[in-house]
Amino acid sequence: MLTRRNPLIVLMAIELMWNAANLAMLAFARAWLNNAGHVFAFLVITVAAAEAAIGLAIVLATFRRARNVDVDEVASMRG
Amino acid sequence: MIAFWLLSIGLVVTSVLTVTARRPVHSVVYLIANFVMLAMLYVTLSAEFLAVIQVIVYASAILMLFVFVMALLSTSTGPFSVGPDRLPRFAVPSVALVVVVLGLIVYGVSRTPAAIVPKAGVASGPAGTANVFGSAADFGAALMTTYLLPFEVTAVVLMVAVIGVVMLAGDAAPSATLGHHARRRRGPRVREPIAKARRPVEKGSAR
Repeated sequence: MLTRRNPLIVLMAIELMWNAANLAMLAFARAWLNNAGHVFAFLVITVAAAEAAIGLAIVLATFRRARNVDVDEVASMRG
Repeated sequence: MIAFWLLSIGLVVTSVLTVTARRPVHSVVYLIANFVMLAMLYVTLSAEFLAVIQVIVYASAILMLFVFVMALLSTSTGPFSVGPDRLPRFAVPSVALVVVVLGLIVYGVSRTPAAIVPKAGVASGPAGTANVFGSAADFGAALMTTYLLPFEVTAVVLMVAVIGVVMLAGDAAPSATLGHHARRRRGPRVREPIAKARRPVEKGSAR
């Protein structure tokens, strides 16, 4: 995630991380036969969808404003 | 067990390819393969409902969103600059982190006393039947009784996301379009000729 300059790839890497967490939760839910892991994975999927939508909207808004979405170049907030 | 090894190897390979692919579209394709394989793995973990959700929400909805944004961005800009390859610099710390986390997981699992882990045979049953662990009925019952509050919080999260996205990526000048619609709505006479003109077309299509 830190190695890329394209914000879309960064967002995709974040999705991968969400999925890794989900997989761990489902595996432990299966091992303990507890439904809580399933519910939490469901919650994580919802939050991931919301995060992807908002992240892509931010990318679009940044592109409209700066005509550039490179994560190194967009530094008007001095980050 | 064979399925587990095949799927996990495929998952690792597609994950690495997603991050290292040069073109964003290739990344999306690898990510779709990754998500579908993950759904298969969920089925082997007797999480059928979440496997379906994984395919519907992740592999289609979210990645469709990615492809749409990619199409929107690539119409007016050239390919992304590749820039300096920072992968080698981050390779050693990330691999070290992976080894540490994996070691922690293995250590935690090995330290767990076997007495508190339920027997695997309890969950087994014909797939798709009700009251089997991980089935849609089981999951839905848990969601609607024990975990009702998190379920409702999910609705609020989605609502906030929708409002935020419309605010961020919506029309740049919403007041102008609102005025336009209001002006159009004020003239009721405009609608009548349209309705008359549409009628023969409907008859023609009915024939």
